[in-house]
Amino acid sequence: MFSMELLLNAITAGMLLGGFYAAVSLGISVTFGLLDVPNIAHPVFIIAGAYAAYAMNTAFALDPILAGLLFTPLFYGLGVVVYRIYYVSFEKKGEQALRGLVFFFGLLFILEVALSLIYGVDYRLVEASYIGNSVSVGIVGISLRLFIPFMVGLLLTLALYLFLAKTFYGKAIQGVSQDSLALRLMGADPIHMKTIAFGLGIATASLAGALLIVIAPVEPAIGREYIGRAFAIAVLGGMGSIGGTLVAALILGVAESLTSTFSGPSWSLAVSFGLLLLALAVRPSGLFGR
Amino acid sequence: MQWKFPVLVALSILGVGLLLTGLVENRYVYFAAYVILQYVVLATAWNILGGYTGYVNFGTPAFFALGAYTATFLMLAFHAPFLVLLLAGGLVSGLLGLGIGYLTLRLKGVFFSIATLALTVVLQTLIINWEFVGGAKGTSILRPASMLFFSNYVKFLFMVMLCLAVGAVLVAWWLEHSWIGSGLAAIRDNEEAAECMAVPTLRLKILATTISGCLMGLAGAPFPLHITLIEPTSAFNLDYAVNSLAMPMIGGTTTWLGPLVGAVLLGVAQQAATVTISSELNLLIVGVVLVAFIMLAPEGIVGLVRRLVKGERI
Amino acid sequence: MADMLLEVQHVTKHFGGFNALTDVSLHVRQGERFGLIGPNGSGKTTLINCISGVLRPDDGRLLFQGTDITTLPAHQRTRLGIARSFQIPKPFTSMTVHENLCIPLAYTKPAHSRGTDVTTEATEILRLIGLEAKADIRSVHLSLIELRKLELARAMAARPQLLISDESMAGLSSAEVDEILAILTALNERGITIIMIEHIMRAVMRFSQRIVVLDAGRTIAEGTPNDIVRNPAVEKAYLGE
Repeated sequence: MFSMELLLNAITAGMLLGGFYAAVSLGISVTFGLLDVPNIAHPVFIIAGAYAAYAMNTAFALDPILAGLLFTPLFYGLGVVVYRIYYVSFEKKGEQALRGLVFFFGLLFILEVALSLIYGVDYRLVEASYIGNSVSVGIVGISLRLFIPFMVGLLLTLALYLFLAKTFYGKAIQGVSQDSLALRLMGADPIHMKTIAFGLGIATASLAGALLIVIAPVEPAIGREYIGRAFAIAVLGGMGSIGGTLVAALILGVAESLTSTFSGPSWSLAVSFGLLLLALAVRPSGLFGR
Repeated sequence: MQWKFPVLVALSILGVGLLLTGLVENRYVYFAAYVILQYVVLATAWNILGGYTGYVNFGTPAFFALGAYTATFLMLAFHAPFLVLLLAGGLVSGLLGLGIGYLTLRLKGVFFSIATLALTVVLQTLIINWEFVGGAKGTSILRPASMLFFSNYVKFLFMVMLCLAVGAVLVAWWLEHSWIGSGLAAIRDNEEAAECMAVPTLRLKILATTISGCLMGLAGAPFPLHITLIEPTSAFNLDYAVNSLAMPMIGGTTTWLGPLVGAVLLGVAQQAATVTISSELNLLIVGVVLVAFIMLAPEGIVGLVRRLVKGERI
Repeated sequence: MADMLLEVQHVTKHFGGFNALTDVSLHVRQGERFGLIGPNGSGKTTLINCISGVLRPDDGRLLFQGTDITTLPAHQRTRLGIARSFQIPKPFTSMTVHENLCIPLAYTKPAHSRGTDVTTEATEILRLIGLEAKADIRSVHLSLIELRKLELARAMAARPQLLISDESMAGLSSAEVDEILAILTALNERGITIIMIEHIMRAVMRFSQRIVVLDAGRTIAEGTPNDIVRNPAVEKAYLGE
């Protein structure tokens, strides 16, 4: 049944969710959009981040988002290691994309199974003061467990945007995707830049994972739902454009929320998949160009 | 007359299989053989698109389960005969392959792969919400007591899967040696060059995707009758995604023999292991072996053996 | 005009904000030896990619033997008679030298006859180009000049009327350059129109009957080698102010 209140709440929830989705997709925008690395394992890094936050929360009653922040250096290091392995085994040799892709799939899959061996398949959740509370603005209810992640997502987007646009390393990383030669002439080693960028991408997974478990309980296989979402957002957002990623994430969040409210929650995944196909269909340059 | 020998071998294998159904009564043997033969079909099907053409499909469960659920639907709605179930499963999954291919194969290969990765979850969600086939709880399927001249249904299913396995390998063998196969190899080696050398790359890629999807659907169609309780978790099992990929990659991707070797080796190993280790640990090991092979021995076992035979260093 | 094999009409191509080609027009006559030169980044390979069909121009038309091929996919243009070599060789890595040639030989035939044997034709082309000793070697094991010869052999195997040689001589020794030049000249004598893109000036000047010069995505000069050498705009493009 249609009502203004329902609609506004759905849109609001969708936008809040979108901020979170931006945090999820930023890592892919960087690693896949900018660096062209087919990192399909990103969602499971996010789940790992969620479990890390869970572990800190249950053991030390640490705020999950704080835990997520604390783990970013560790995830950064993990990203560096993964990229190095990928580079040495596949990229350097100019191997067909097939092997790199299967490598990341293997990673995705090994991590997911490892997590389910360690933590089992039951849902895990975190405790924090803001989970369960909400604020009302007129007829619209804003639940804090959505709002806080939304704000963090926005901040993360802003931080990444500023880093890429204003700092030397950031601009160099953008340069890697556009003109490797010019970059070398500038004195920056493209591989070093890509390593840093990939590390950053995985670092975002730590925080995104913390946000994820704040929003909803987590179990190892949940990462699979986010593959379609994250890539749909990255592609729609323009493959490497941070601002574009945010906008696309908001659009997806609202679309999913509206579908969920008016057609039922089971259709929301179909929405992200449909958007993914749509995004792929409207990509202007097709096979041979960017 | 290159094809005479393989067809002869195929018919002999079928003959032996038929003979076995008269001699062996142990149901577990048929059960295990069914699972392994099913993987032969899935691995071979995957490899037509993955190994021959160079496009990675992460969504084997989607194609497999679609075949299974098409058969389930036809059984529940129309009590359709077995052959119809089989053909419909193949047809629908083939169409899925065609559709996904048509939508994404104009783009770089990684986008096709991403679409297949997302496909499984979406399809699974849709099936979970389809009450007619049982939704999340699933449906029981009543197996007829016997079929044709076989003394029980299990033997019949075994023979069906044996036929499908032999058929799939024959299709792969034929493709590999045809001009279509050389076109697919050209696409895999260097798609841009292939296109400029008059290979109709889009058309061939869509063909490969359709054939691959169809074979996977054929493998899935008898599944409800095999497992008798068809529900989404088992139909969309991650096992299928990983194994259909790992078996060709470990066995060897450039020829029909690779998926066969991989399927038999890994299939037997996993059947033996299910009694001793948990299924998750089993999957973990497969994953690790896969990554090891892809980093260290990308040509797979067949490739390694070839080099050994030629006297080159490993 | 009746003997116009290829016409490029006002072709424009940009990548994001970068204008690779702006309003480029030229024509190539049947049987001609045509040279395309210009400094690095002037758009030569982009133009070739537009002609062969790897890229679609954003504006303009391409005509081959009077037929509008602007929207035709690359493989159909090859079947019409346009073949090219690649600046960075792109051999089919899992195949032998011989098998590399069988691909275009088979696929430029109509679908129903693609299964027919093309091995003798392949061997013949290898003999012409001097690679028959390497026929059964996998293409990954070739040296640079052998790879460049393979590129040309493969383009020849596509039974072209127009063959585009994209910097086939880059990185080769003087003697090797002469080898490639001899091959291209022999092909032209058999009636194949050749577009040569090169940086090696002596080769282009000796080979071409007519040359077009590109700079920053635009044509800046057109004429015989003598005209080009004397053209101040060309000198400026290569050497700067």
